Amino acid sequence: MPLKTETMILNMGPQHPSTHGVLRLELDIEGELILSVKPHIGYLHRCFEKHAEAMTYPQVIPYTDRLDYLAAMGNNFGYVVAVEKLLGIQIPERVEYIRVIMAELQRIASHLVAIATNGADIGALTPFLYLFRDREYILSLFEMTCGARMLYNYMWIGGLSHDIHPDFVRKTKEFINHFRPTVVELNNLLTFNKIFIERTANIGILPIDTAINFGASGPVLRGSGLPFDVRKEDPYSIYNRFDFEIPTGIGLVGTVGDCWDRYYVRVLEMEQSVRIIEQAIDNIPEGNVQSAIPKRIKPPKGTAYARVENPRGELGFFIISDGNLNPFRVKVRAPSFVNLEVMGELCKGHLVADVIAILGSLDIVLGEIDR
Amino acid sequence: MYQFLYDLIGNEILAGLLVAVVPLTIILVFALFGIWLERKVSAHMQDRLGPMRTGWHGWLQTVADLMKMLQKEDIVATDADKTLYNIAPVLVFSGSFAAYAVIPFSSKLLGSEVEIGIFYVLAISSLVVAGILMAGWSANNKYSLLGAMRAAAQIISYEIPTIIVVLTIVMITGTLSLYKLSELQSGYFWNWMIFGGPGPGLHKFLFIPFMFIGFIILYISTLAEVNRTPFDIPEAESELVAGYHTEYSGMKFAMFFLAEYANMFAVSAIVAAVFFGGYQSPFGYLGNAFNLPWLIPIEQFFWFTAKGLFFVFVQMWLRWTLPRLRVDQLMAVCWKYLIPISFVNLIVVGLISVL
Repeated sequence: MPLKTETMILNMGPQHPSTHGVLRLELDIEGELILSVKPHIGYLHRCFEKHAEAMTYPQVIPYTDRLDYLAAMGNNFGYVVAVEKLLGIQIPERVEYIRVIMAELQRIASHLVAIATNGADIGALTPFLYLFRDREYILSLFEMTCGARMLYNYMWIGGLSHDIHPDFVRKTKEFINHFRPTVVELNNLLTFNKIFIERTANIGILPIDTAINFGASGPVLRGSGLPFDVRKEDPYSIYNRFDFEIPTGIGLVGTVGDCWDRYYVRVLEMEQSVRIIEQAIDNIPEGNVQSAIPKRIKPPKGTAYARVENPRGELGFFIISDGNLNPFRVKVRAPSFVNLEVMGELCKGHLVADVIAILGSLDIVLGEIDR
Repeated sequence: MYQFLYDLIGNEILAGLLVAVVPLTIILVFALFGIWLERKVSAHMQDRLGPMRTGWHGWLQTVADLMKMLQKEDIVATDADKTLYNIAPVLVFSGSFAAYAVIPFSSKLLGSEVEIGIFYVLAISSLVVAGILMAGWSANNKYSLLGAMRAAAQIISYEIPTIIVVLTIVMITGTLSLYKLSELQSGYFWNWMIFGGPGPGLHKFLFIPFMFIGFIILYISTLAEVNRTPFDIPEAESELVAGYHTEYSGMKFAMFFLAEYANMFAVSAIVAAVFFGGYQSPFGYLGNAFNLPWLIPIEQFFWFTAKGLFFVFVQMWLRWTLPRLRVDQLMAVCWKYLIPISFVNLIVVGLISVL
C-alpha cells in the first residue's frame, strides 16, 4: 500500500518578518516545495476611497501619503496632478522643478528600502543597515523642507506647502556626492555576491507576456525587459525636459525577468534618478510656490485620470467631480496591488525560501494594496 | 584535572562535581561574553554602536537580558507534546555542554583526558540533532517543523566532511585524543598541523596545501553544524520566523541560545585544537623564559581562548557579511563539493604519508 501523504498548508503571515506588512500568504507545500500560493489581503484596509468622498480636495492629500507610505511624495504627486487636470490650472515652473526633485529623491529612498529589505530577507542584514543610513540623508532633506520624514502632505493642489530651505540645494548635492560611492559599495557587497546571485538569479522568472497580461508595471515589468516608464511614455509635469534612460532587465546573471533582474533594475534606476536631480537642481527658477493655489477648490463636473511613475510602478488616480467641494469618487490604481497578482505564477515549483526572495523582489507596500 | 582536584580535596564526589562545574562556568561566561561580542561586532560592522547603556560599552547587557529571560512566563502551547517540548532544550544544551568535557583549555585544565576525545566530541554533538528534532516536532508549529527538518538534514550531512577532515589529521598523528594532539603540536607555530605538523622533512612541506584545504572544509562544515550564516537556514528568521525554537519562550529559549553560543565556541575550539596547535603558544612560553613553571598553564589557557575567540569572531564576521543559502544549495555545497574534496584530500594525504 502506498504511503498516504498530504500537502501542508502554511499560513505565512499576517504576522511574519518577511511579508512586508500584514499580508497573509497561504502556501500549499509539499515538504519545502510550493504547490500554490494565494495572497490574502485586506488586513490594512482603511477605506481610503470612501473617506476621500467625504473630504474636500485638499483634505484628501494627507490620506494619499498613507497609501504607499514609503513613497508619499509620489502619491501626493499623482493626486495633485489629477486634480490639477480637473481644474485645468497652470503650475509655476519653480513648483514643477521642486516636485520633480522631491519625487526623484523619494524614488531613491523607496528603492533603497526595496533593495535593503530584499537583501535582508535573504539574510544580508548589513547592507540593509547601510542603505537605511543613506536613506536617512533623504529623509533629512525632506524634514528640512516640510518638517515631516515620512508622511509629508507636501504637494498641494497648484503648489507646495513650503518653499525649499535655503540649504536644500547644497545638501542635495552633498547627498549625491555621498550616494554614488555607496551604490558601488552596494554592488560589491550584495548585488554581485555569489550567494545573493544563487538565491535570486533564475528564481521567480516573470516572462514579458505574463507581465503584460497581468498589468504589471514599474520595476516588475521593466525587470522582464520592457522599457515602459510613465515618465517617458506619457510625460507628466516636466519630465520631458530631462535626459534619462529606462533600465530594463537583461538577464545579466540569469534569465530575463528573474528576481535578480528586478532587483538590479532598481539599482540602476537610482542612478537615473540621481541624473534627473542633477539636471534639475541647478535650474530651479525663482518664484512663489503658492501663487497658483486656488482660493476655493471646486472643480467643474467631469472626470480626470492622471498616472505617475511611482517607485513601485504606474500609480493612477481617477477622480470624478460632481461640481462640489469634495470629490464624488476617487479611484486609485495601486501598482503594488497589480504587481502582487503575479505572485501565484512566480512561486510555482519553487521552495519556501524562494517565496521570500520573490516577494521581496516584487516590493509591495500593503498600505497601497489594501488602501 | 579530576586527579588534581581529588588530591586537593580528598573527596571523590566533591571533586567530580567541581570538574563538572568548570565547563559550565566557562560556557556561561563565554555565552555572556559571546552574545555581547556578537552585538558589538555586528553593530560596528553596520555603523551602529550596539548596547551602550548597561556598564562600560554595554558589557552588562547580556546579564540584563538573562535576568529578563528568567522572569518571563514559560509558555507551552496547548497542542504541544509537553514531555518532548520540555526535554528538547535540555537535550540540546547538554549536547553542547558535554562536548566541553574533553576540550583541552590548557595542559592542566581539561575535564577528562579520554583517548577518543575528538570522536567523543563529534558523537556527543550529534545529540543536538535529536534535541532539535524534538523541539521542532513537539511544538506543533509548522515553522518549527520545517526548521527542524532542515536542521536535521543539514547537521547530519555536514558531519561527514567534518569527520573526514578530522580523520585526515588522525591518520597523520595517530591519535584521537585532543590532549595528545595539542601536545604533539608543541614548540613553535610551524609545528601546528596547518603548517604540516611537527614531523621534519619533505612530508611536512607536502602536507601544507592539503592542510589548508582541510582547514577550510572543516571550518565551513563546522559553521553549518552550528547553524551560522550563511548556513543558518534552520532558524532563518526571515523565512521560518525562528525555526525550531519559534514557540519557546523564557528560560527554555535562553537554553537554546546558550547552546548556540556554547557550540560556536566548541567548534572553534576543535578547529583550534586540530589545526592551530590547541593550547600551544606560537612563540614559546614566558614561563619557560623566566623559569616560572606555574605560568605555563595560564599562558596556555590564554592562547587557547584567544584562538577559539578568533574563530568565533570570524563566524560573526561571516554572519554579518554574507546572505543565506537556500536549503537545496546548502545540500549541494556539502554533497557535491565538500565531501568529494575532503575524500580526495584524505587519500592524497594518505599517499604522502606512505611515501
